[in-house]
Amino acid sequence: MAAGFKTAEPLEYHRSFLKENCRSDGRELSEFRTTTLNIGSISTSDGSALVKIGNTTVICGIKAELANPTVESPGKGYMVPNVDLPPLCSSRFQAGPPGEQAQAASQFIVDVIESSEMIQTEDLCIERGKLCWVLYCDLMCLDYDGNVLDACIIALLAALKNTQLPEVKINTETCLPEVTSEKKHRLKIYRHPVGASFGIFDDSILIIDPTAEEEILLTAQLTVVTDEEGRLCSVHKPGGTSLSGEKLQECITRATTRQKEIQKLIDKVIESVKTAQ
Amino acid sequence: MTSFTCDESVSLCEGNMMEVCGSTDSCLREFGCEQSLLSRPDGSASFVQGDTSVLAGVYGPAEVKVSKEIYDRATLEVLVQPKVGLPTVKERSQEQCVRETCEASLLLTLHPRSSLTLVLQVLHDDGSLLSCSLNAACMALMDAGLPMSCLFCGVTCAIDADGRIITDPTAAQEKESRALLTFAVDSTERKVLMSSTRGSFSVHELQQCIAVSQKASEKIFQFYRDSVRRRYSKTL
Repeated sequence: MAAGFKTAEPLEYHRSFLKENCRSDGRELSEFRTTTLNIGSISTSDGSALVKIGNTTVICGIKAELANPTVESPGKGYMVPNVDLPPLCSSRFQAGPPGEQAQAASQFIVDVIESSEMIQTEDLCIERGKLCWVLYCDLMCLDYDGNVLDACIIALLAALKNTQLPEVKINTETCLPEVTSEKKHRLKIYRHPVGASFGIFDDSILIIDPTAEEEILLTAQLTVVTDEEGRLCSVHKPGGTSLSGEKLQECITRATTRQKEIQKLIDKVIESVKTAQ
Repeated sequence: MTSFTCDESVSLCEGNMMEVCGSTDSCLREFGCEQSLLSRPDGSASFVQGDTSVLAGVYGPAEVKVSKEIYDRATLEVLVQPKVGLPTVKERSQEQCVRETCEASLLLTLHPRSSLTLVLQVLHDDGSLLSCSLNAACMALMDAGLPMSCLFCGVTCAIDADGRIITDPTAAQEKESRALLTFAVDSTERKVLMSSTRGSFSVHELQQCIAVSQKASEKIFQFYRDSVRRRYSKTL
């Protein structure tokens, strides 16, 4: 009976739960789904991480390549993030060129990397104007159950923390780069941005970490990205119904506590990976 | 396009109107708008903010592709065309922002199973492009006579290295700024419909920027009102 009601009247179905201050999956309004993290999942990549928020699964692989620095910034390396939402992860995505949501997500990740300054691109430069690292950060969603932006940021941050780059020296005689694969060093991460996504239901009810079912019914979505110092790196609200100042403040406070939780989780997983080795 | 002067003057050009809001206050650059300047679209407008200029055209309600049909409301499609080259990922993300803002203010349920297309052509970018696109979009939707629950406008704020807030920055000011925030404000409650940010900033700075944008939006809404009033006072 309940299943039929859910299919026929999804909006009414969710409303009946929200009226009682809970959600259809048993969560409270301001409760995240369980977040699990696995670091170093892809052994062939330079850095990787797999994140699960409830059913939503995002895997991030980082591939480092040597390249020529751009003419505009000869002293800097660069990062190329890409978010892929393949048809595998949900029926709402079709095969072929990336859709609007995937492109918007990629742009969002680019903005977060730039705004938070989590990595100094100067660190990726090997020799000014000649050689630098380029980090291809590929984020792939394996299971789409809402809130993919949060999962992407966590996966990216964890994968970057896991990344090890080999030492490269330029031979003065031959002018060719020589890679010492034995000597590897970790990337320095300056700041740790973490996002928290919110949804507005029926123009007024604020819910956190929406599932795919809830996402379709939301009238607005909001993602707040904060770092460990409590500075805001992004307040991304692509549209939808308006949000009052008090609600926004509530979201920011929740995002700051979320940042602390996730940073603790990442540190714990990295520590356990180190002891296992 | 009609040339226009700095003072609050109105010039008529073949039934179209070009209006300019003189910027006595330094917080916004001089801005102006021309409505129904294109003959083919159902509504069109060009919006100029300083040297930034965007041309918008609206088609619809029209027939919709079966794959995009929504049974209880109209499908809105937004296309952003850059000045040179093909649309990139950046334009896609702008399209998403403009589309979802328009969806919130348009009464789409009045036209189920139909399509609305909004095309935004960037004519020149000298900073605050997203806010100019939003303003052009709103003027074009008004010109098309589509039912809306409220109007909206875009305001861009830049925070410079000293922490000062500059509204409606030029491209040079944007480049020097530490953070750049764009908001869409609705006309009924002056609440934030859309927010898109770049760079890092504190909570206090965010609140300041929202307050400044809400104040600046009054000017733009007054301009909308004046321009529509002038336009229809001639025809009615």
